[in-house]
Amino acid sequence: MKKISLLLGAFALIGFTYSSVATASTLEEVQARGELVCGVSGGVAGFSAPNDAGRMVGIDAAVCDAVAAAVLGDADAVKYVPLTAAERFTALSAGEVDVLSRNTTHTLTRDATLGVNFTYYNFIDGQGFMVAKADGLSSVMDLDGASICVQAGTTTELNMADYFRNKGLDYTPVGYSTSTATREGLEGGACDAITSDASQLAALRSETADPSAWTMLPEIISKEPLGPVVRQGDDQWMDIVTWTLHAMINAEELGIDSSNVDAMRADSPNPSVARIVGSEGETGPSLGLSQDWAYQVIKQVGNYGEVYEKHVEPLGIARAGSVNDLWTRGGIIYSPPLR
Amino acid sequence: MTMNTVKFEKLPDRLPPVNTVGWVAWVKQNLFGSVSNTIITLLFFYLIFLYIPPFLEWSVFNANISGSDRSICDENRSGACWTFIKVRMEQLLFGLYFAQNPDQMWRPIMAFIVFGGLLTPLAIDRTPYKKWLLLILLVAYPIFFISLVGGGVFGIPKSDASEWGGLLLTFTLAFVGIVLALPLGILLALGRRSKMPVVRSFSIIYIEFWRGTPLITILFMASVMLPLFFPSGVEFDKVVRAMIGITLFQSAYTAEAVRGGLQALDKGQTEASMALGMGYWQQTIFIILPQALRISIPSIVNTFIALFKDTSLVSIIGLLDLLKIAQNSSRSLDWNGYDIEAYMFAGLVFWIFCFGMSIYSQKLERKLDTDRNVE
Amino acid sequence: MVKGIIAFGQYFLLDKIVGRSPSNIYQNPKFRSAIIQAILVFIVFYTFYSLYQTTVFNLEERGIKTSTSFFDQVAPFKVGFSPFLNFELGETTYIEVFYIGVLNTLLVAVLGIIAATLLGFFIGILRSSNNWLAQKFALIYVEIFRNMPLLLQIMFWNFAIFLAFLPPPKQSLEFGAFYLNGRGLQTPVPIVENNFLFKVWLGILIFSIIASFIFRNWAKKRRDQTGKSLPVLGISLSVIIIIGISSFYILGKPFAVDLPVLGKFNFKGGGQLPLPLFSLWFALTVYTSAFIAENVRAGIASVSKGQIEAARSIGLTRPQMVKLIIIPQALRVIIPPTISQYLNLTKNSSLAMAVGYEEVVAVWANISLNQTGQALIIIAMTIIFFEICSLFTSFILNIYNRRIQITER
Repeated sequence: MKKISLLLGAFALIGFTYSSVATASTLEEVQARGELVCGVSGGVAGFSAPNDAGRMVGIDAAVCDAVAAAVLGDADAVKYVPLTAAERFTALSAGEVDVLSRNTTHTLTRDATLGVNFTYYNFIDGQGFMVAKADGLSSVMDLDGASICVQAGTTTELNMADYFRNKGLDYTPVGYSTSTATREGLEGGACDAITSDASQLAALRSETADPSAWTMLPEIISKEPLGPVVRQGDDQWMDIVTWTLHAMINAEELGIDSSNVDAMRADSPNPSVARIVGSEGETGPSLGLSQDWAYQVIKQVGNYGEVYEKHVEPLGIARAGSVNDLWTRGGIIYSPPLR
Repeated sequence: MTMNTVKFEKLPDRLPPVNTVGWVAWVKQNLFGSVSNTIITLLFFYLIFLYIPPFLEWSVFNANISGSDRSICDENRSGACWTFIKVRMEQLLFGLYFAQNPDQMWRPIMAFIVFGGLLTPLAIDRTPYKKWLLLILLVAYPIFFISLVGGGVFGIPKSDASEWGGLLLTFTLAFVGIVLALPLGILLALGRRSKMPVVRSFSIIYIEFWRGTPLITILFMASVMLPLFFPSGVEFDKVVRAMIGITLFQSAYTAEAVRGGLQALDKGQTEASMALGMGYWQQTIFIILPQALRISIPSIVNTFIALFKDTSLVSIIGLLDLLKIAQNSSRSLDWNGYDIEAYMFAGLVFWIFCFGMSIYSQKLERKLDTDRNVE
Repeated sequence: MVKGIIAFGQYFLLDKIVGRSPSNIYQNPKFRSAIIQAILVFIVFYTFYSLYQTTVFNLEERGIKTSTSFFDQVAPFKVGFSPFLNFELGETTYIEVFYIGVLNTLLVAVLGIIAATLLGFFIGILRSSNNWLAQKFALIYVEIFRNMPLLLQIMFWNFAIFLAFLPPPKQSLEFGAFYLNGRGLQTPVPIVENNFLFKVWLGILIFSIIASFIFRNWAKKRRDQTGKSLPVLGISLSVIIIIGISSFYILGKPFAVDLPVLGKFNFKGGGQLPLPLFSLWFALTVYTSAFIAENVRAGIASVSKGQIEAARSIGLTRPQMVKLIIIPQALRVIIPPTISQYLNLTKNSSLAMAVGYEEVVAVWANISLNQTGQALIIIAMTIIFFEICSLFTSFILNIYNRRIQITER
């Protein structure tokens, strides 16, 4: 009898510890760990893909670097976790990653039902179609009755369904589980067209045996604002990630980049600049960060324009005049004032 | 009266007719025994002639192996491009972390060598202390493996399981699966034969549940739902989650293999040990299990072969096992278009392991058979 | 206090069950096993309960709402291949997507089972043939295909072979009215034009099949009585075919055949077997046939030599011996493991995700899960579907085992 009651006690104890795991704030956790854990795709050129040296690079990976620079002062203190499209939100809400920066589209349903918060946008994308030049198609309207390769389970699939239904066109989807498989499907003739975000299509085209054989149709059928996502319920962390992005955009507006930030910090008459580089104001401490957080971001990672130029331009997606240009130059990349 | 003494003398044996011995007879019997047999033989000769030479030409005689980039393969498309495999070999075998840190590569290599060193004597009949060797392999080796390959101790740089890949990951998943599933499977098999109805029905439900579900669904569950089952503070690596799923799945199959051994055991063994006044656990540990496990080794090896093949499914949940790395490499900008070589290489590696194990299990089965016949 | 409870239990329960009062209650096996079982029940239920608690807590905390209300929502994506249920974009609901997935799984399973059985028996018979070359060929076939991961084989056939080498629709390979290209296999299908006459024709066909069964029984009885046998299968088949074809023309062709015709992009009309289905079916067939061939070989080998010698000694011809002695005995060994292989094939069809065939794991556990985020319900339904398949298989196996046990006596 004694043994049994002992056993019961043990179980009760386990149950007790089970339900009382203390939850620290994300910022404290990251600082205690000394490392930012960042969910990325790990396989999309220009967004996040390993380079020759095996380091994750791209515009999404740069967000991770920037947050690490802001929080820890070291852009290299990042552990990248490649996530599939299916597991990304669970991974974030379960606390496996601190930030999800994985070309994720902001939608109402995701925002409202998945227990996550969208911060801001680091790339404004839109869904397009790529077809063989030899087919001589000039518009999506010509695709009536075609087979179209698509990555299964993405919003891309939904946008296509909506668009074709709206226009009264018929089509057969061929769903693959990865974007590279859709490219193989197109090249192998399993479908007549391939649909994805325009940036991804550009990346996929560069991977084909003969990139000049493929062309994009003019229609962009969806809005795909992509940006980093954080867990619900930690407002401070949400602010940190949001304002890290804003700092990079503000820096570009003000002409601060990684090469001149030191000079600007030493002497700049402009109070906006002084606030960013941390020689004036209290922006860092009010977020719970150090005084020079934005300076570290710009010094180690660069401003928004630099990052774009380094990672996205090589895919053949021009920035000038596109939506991804600064609002001062006709784009829609805009950031609230950093003060 | 004279007696004619007839002397009987053994004449030397005459040679058998030419057409019943030697290769002539063999050919006649096995290839041209009857009309239908002859037709089949000719058909197969034709097929061999049609397919084997072009295949050998592609895979061996015209194949490319020199150089270090795709240019040499692109110039000679009539042969296979083994250059690709050669260049990517480190990634394929050990994954990205060790491919990036060649100075650390000795760790997995050493782990594999030690594994081979422990395993080879087990496959040889006359090795002494086999039981102890097996125990070392199942208990001490995993600890050795984790501290050597995982690092973080004795000044060896740390490499998380999430950074392993290729054959190393395939091997780790399969080995962890079998080591953890074995004790669980034994308990379940005993439970399924227990006289207590509750224990028995729980065991049956558990075993049949996991056996009825495809592994891919279980891996999905492990990767999507496991985080929901545990409090926020409890975090698992993706690899660990896959291991949990694989272990639960594998334990059901191991249980069935062990149950086969328990069933094959003579009832007299239990009765005799009962007569000696042994309790349930004494009987089980000293009498039943040693014999039953020996009988069920071939089936356990067979479930292990199935598991080894099934680990390739982790590529669907985004882990970089041998198959996934092979596929990714063949889809990369550097080598795209050489899919066949990638799949053939991965297939060959899997095949060597699985075929080797199946030969071993068949050998054991034959040996057990003759042993029992002697008794 | 504790002592009191034990004495109470001993008096009211144990004495009734055991019928005598044990000297020490802990040594009573029934008491001990009851305690052990009670503890086990407690542990299991406690584990499940705390898992449930944590899950509910987690779902709430993370703001995830679990409910089945999404079943009746319109699926916002299109399922390309649904031969049994009509997919209407904007009308088909999530739950119908689940049904489509289940039906597609069953379709590839049935196609695979038929093909794998035929191929497996063929290879298995080669494996036990007298011809050395055939034997070795079958051995190599079996050892190659069963020792490589199925996923690898599916990907190999789909990406490295079919996608890479099959031509685009405009240069399809033609086999009569069948076309094979990068989109898959296009086949002709019958369309019913005149409903009543078609039913009449179907009735005639069914009637002739029933008649052939009666004929078979009669021939069997005749053989038992007189020893004279008839080539039953040949006669029935040719009669059925002749009746079928002649009544087809007499009734004025009650159905036409819809041929696939090349449209702007794809073939239109006819039956479409998309490439993912084709690759999956092909790989499942090849993989499973290797296991079935091994069962067939073991089955044939299990027929004891004495049986064959006895058959020879009573003067059976070789075909008679194969049909009457070897096959019935071999099948008893072959069928149970082969039924398990059928279940494996069904479960293995879940690897379709890798090549994009729209079966239940792909459209339900992957796409629908992604779009709705309802992991719990969706995964549970997927598992339940496969558990039903598994239970069904063991049910069939049990029936079969009981049947052969009865005949054995």
